[in-house]
Amino acid sequence: MSDLTTRITMPQNASKGDIIEIKVLARHIMERAIDAVGLKPSPRKIIHTFRVSYAGEEVFRMDLSTGIASNPYMSFTTVATETGVVLFEWLEDGGARHTRVQTLIVS
Amino acid sequence: MFALVQPAFASDIRPSREFLSPELRAQQDDPARHPGWLWVEQGEALWRAAPPSGQPSCGGCHGSVAGMRGVATRYPAVSAEGALLNLELRIEQCRSQRQGEAPFGYESEALLSLTAAIAARSRGLPMSVVTSGAAAAHLAEGTRLYSLRQGQLNLSCSQCHDDNAGRRLRGDVISSGLGLGYPAYRLEWNGVGSLHRRLRACALGVRAAQLLPGSAEYLALELFLADRARGLTIEAPGLRR
Repeated sequence: MSDLTTRITMPQNASKGDIIEIKVLARHIMERAIDAVGLKPSPRKIIHTFRVSYAGEEVFRMDLSTGIASNPYMSFTTVATETGVVLFEWLEDGGARHTRVQTLIVS
Repeated sequence: MFALVQPAFASDIRPSREFLSPELRAQQDDPARHPGWLWVEQGEALWRAAPPSGQPSCGGCHGSVAGMRGVATRYPAVSAEGALLNLELRIEQCRSQRQGEAPFGYESEALLSLTAAIAARSRGLPMSVVTSGAAAAHLAEGTRLYSLRQGQLNLSCSQCHDDNAGRRLRGDVISSGLGLGYPAYRLEWNGVGSLHRRLRACALGVRAAQLLPGSAEYLALELFLADRARGLTIEAPGLRR
């Protein structure tokens, strides 16, 4: 399992019904399994899925593949419905799972 | 006809950010979507981390990294020992002499992160390196290198960055050739790199010998570029193509 450095930017408070924007950056080792002459091939290890759930419900999911810029910047919006946990999950080749948690307080 | 070859006046030198596309400039200004900030945060963590040697962390002597405000505007500078050091090498010196650790190594992730974290504290502050006294000889050498024709293409730095600044080359705009954004996140690199790495890329472009990062020539050139950027504000960590 490799390290994942992340930056998540989102409001901490919102009024019910507000549309909030969530911005996410992540940095990963991204072993793309380049098979060069003279080098021992190594298995691919990239983040293949990124998903976000808010108050237990999935609000965003993205499949990632080679060909997407490294350290991609992602931004999406959701509607603030209730105070709850926003769970960010990155799934890596080989089965590792990285998570980050933020709390959104809705008044 | 006498206007065919125009020397570059100081007023022609424009900050690096003006050569970026509006999209890239907006992204550079917004830490929420600037991947360089991943390195800045990593550097700030390193700043607080105590080295295995038992010596104090960076923060143990210098306090909060916020106290590094303005430091990057003064580098490269001649050290007490008489050597010209840029910010990277100054960190390495502290690392080996005060912390009793092996240097991180030029272009290592740790050194780039720490440099980015320190340089970011000078964002928006004007460059003001010292070029008198012991630095004068280095500045003269840097000036010479800047206008030295080199490589198979036989081009000097000045022929692109003065004579053709603002025009396009290989799908990008030629800038005034300042180091204001370094260490910078370069899309081509998929990561953060030093000014010296960028200078090596330029050398490759004109098919000249690529010198080692941290070499005396690149340090002198860095001093010249810092003097050339005098009064313009630091953009580090920059975002470049």
